[in-house]
Amino acid sequence: MFELVFFSLLNGIVTGLLLFMLASGLTLIFSMMGVLNFAHASFYMLGAYFAYTISAYLGFWIGLIVAPVLVGLLGALVERYGLRYVHRWGHVAELIFTFGLAFLIEEVVQFIWGKDTKAYHEPEILQFPLFTFFGQNFPAYKAFMLLISIAIFIMLLLILTRSRVGLIIQAAIHKPNMTAMLGHNVPLVFMGVFGVGCALAGLAGVIAGPALGTFPGMAVVLGSIVFVIVVVGGLGSLTGAFVASLIIGLLQTFAIALDYSVNDILTAFNISFDADSALRDLWSLSLPQIAPILPYLLLVLVLIFRPMGLFGNRET
Amino acid sequence: MQRHAFDAITPSSEKVRTKGLVKACDELNFLKGGKELKIKSFILAGAAFAAISAFSAQAAETIKIAFIDPLSGPFAATGTSGYKQYQWAADQLVNQKGGVLGGQMFEIVPFDNKISPKESLVQLKRAIGDGITFIAQGNSSGVANALTDAIKKHNSRNPDNRVLFLNYSAVDPALTQKKCNFWHFRFDANADIKMNALTDVIKEKEEIKKVYLIGQDYSFGKAVAAAAVKFLGEKRPDIEIVGNELHPIGKVKDFTPYATKIRASGADAIITGNWGADMVGLGKAIGDAGIDVPIYTYYAANDGITKTIGASGKDKIRLVHEGTVNPPPTEEYLAYHKGFKAKYPEADITQFRIANSIGMLAAAIEEAGSADPLAVAQALEGMEYTSIQGDKLVMRAEDHQMMQPIQISVHTDENVVLDSDNSGYGLVEESSISAEDAALPVKDCNMERPTS
Repeated sequence: MFELVFFSLLNGIVTGLLLFMLASGLTLIFSMMGVLNFAHASFYMLGAYFAYTISAYLGFWIGLIVAPVLVGLLGALVERYGLRYVHRWGHVAELIFTFGLAFLIEEVVQFIWGKDTKAYHEPEILQFPLFTFFGQNFPAYKAFMLLISIAIFIMLLLILTRSRVGLIIQAAIHKPNMTAMLGHNVPLVFMGVFGVGCALAGLAGVIAGPALGTFPGMAVVLGSIVFVIVVVGGLGSLTGAFVASLIIGLLQTFAIALDYSVNDILTAFNISFDADSALRDLWSLSLPQIAPILPYLLLVLVLIFRPMGLFGNRET
Repeated sequence: MQRHAFDAITPSSEKVRTKGLVKACDELNFLKGGKELKIKSFILAGAAFAAISAFSAQAAETIKIAFIDPLSGPFAATGTSGYKQYQWAADQLVNQKGGVLGGQMFEIVPFDNKISPKESLVQLKRAIGDGITFIAQGNSSGVANALTDAIKKHNSRNPDNRVLFLNYSAVDPALTQKKCNFWHFRFDANADIKMNALTDVIKEKEEIKKVYLIGQDYSFGKAVAAAAVKFLGEKRPDIEIVGNELHPIGKVKDFTPYATKIRASGADAIITGNWGADMVGLGKAIGDAGIDVPIYTYYAANDGITKTIGASGKDKIRLVHEGTVNPPPTEEYLAYHKGFKAKYPEADITQFRIANSIGMLAAAIEEAGSADPLAVAQALEGMEYTSIQGDKLVMRAEDHQMMQPIQISVHTDENVVLDSDNSGYGLVEESSISAEDAALPVKDCNMERPTS
């Protein structure tokens, strides 16, 4: 049991931090521009595919640096020539634009790289078990993912709270018009934030590709969960996104690891149900079976009881 | 000067452009179902026209087979690969040999169902609307269940416009048991038959004491788990089932928590029916966690899976399937496989039942003397057929379940003649269960046969 809890904790943190890299960019974009970027997870997928191609020629490490930059540039271009143009027709148009973009990216990825899973592997020097605990390996690559995500979080936090750029970004998030009046180039800030947000998603893709598989469905699998994090954490709050990512990561791993059903809890209280009753299926549902809906349940609860999110300061 | 620089650039950019164009053409050909094929069929049809003008109008028509499977989305790789194999089988086994009924060619028409039963029914309507009478589908028993019901209903309401369902891969036992349907033929061994063969192998392995079952949460995943529990209970009552897990299909992004659970359970064998991206994720997570036990699977090969799992699954992953790959069983098969690889270097022959379904359909049409679905269905019932791999196959008349030998192969890079995903890794046969031993008696099938 201890082994299960230990590894679930580790896995939960790895997953949570990976989600954070996606959510951090999205939450900044969302709160600043009011755009729900449906294509955010697609940039994550692009990161993985770019890195896969680059790593085939120049190795993993070059891909780790170049691929996020490429994705970031692409994101900036999308903002400059796509979103900004569409913006004049309001938020609905922007929403539909990013929605279409997500499909477009998926199709383009399939067109260029094909539909099967790509053999994008961890670099050789990270292909060893970091430690073995109760006979179970913890791959070094997972630890590497952990380190990168934590480094990114600290860096983002420092930039946003300690630098002039961060100050302007924070100002632009809350009072974009006032910031513009003070002489700052708000559209440029928007473009920069969008680009950096996409680059972060790309970086998440680069490091997740070898661990979680590089295939055209990888964006869809992750897409909706990132929105949950943004809303649960609170709009525009980096700390909120961080905490929410960890909560969701841990929630998902522990829900899978712990095999309990309502029936077990009831039995503990000496309550038993007729095995043939109509609600039998409901009682025998186990935690792993409902694991995928737990984040959405959390989303609904947060929206009902704390609409501004855990750390947000305005209503969603 | 500028002009000069431009000239210097042109050749290479021209090359790139041409390459792109060739690629686009390939893509187009693939979408349109092979232009070459159509031209050939046209010429042959022309020859038939001259020779036997009496029914030339008939001969000029191609026999179309609708291929309804996922060609986009998370399971697109599996669907696209199946589509290529259908085209190859139709080309090699029928069209190259002059077609059926004196020159009618087979044409495979793709319909993308996005793995959704609802979308499949829409595509079925489209196919029927286009006058197609043969429907091939395989990926997901959920889809097959919807299609078999819809086709049964359609045929009873439209006796003049019937269609035949060739199920090449959906293995939910119910399709040939409770839901068995005269218009449905299954060319794959169902989940129970495969599990019967698999447990015959596990029975002999004394070292296996604890088994972990994991699968996708839908009809097929449940059928695999139920069959495993049943057969292990009968054959090796001493084996303990230490886990019986179902996870959402196509939605799990990380299988590590499952691997942790498997490890913690102390299992010394794993059985899974996972396929597509779900199989890659599971295989990889188990490898990464360092769990060193045999993993018995239904679909852990090809379509990128073999390459992705690579060394981490060597001598661990085993596959229950039909038709031996390594060592190649016949010269004919070797030529068929190599020809396919020459045409589609990136793809693999993954499902021999596709060739069998095309071969048997052609044989049935010849035997019936027409492409009328009722006559063809009657010819298919009880048909005996020798596959290109030399296996004897029988389409059981009572429930339309194919009886065939089942192989257990291991994922390795040793003694591999025909590899998968061009990775050097492939499937090498470990044991073979004869059709008689693998077969299970007909169960719960009350088939309504058409009177006319």
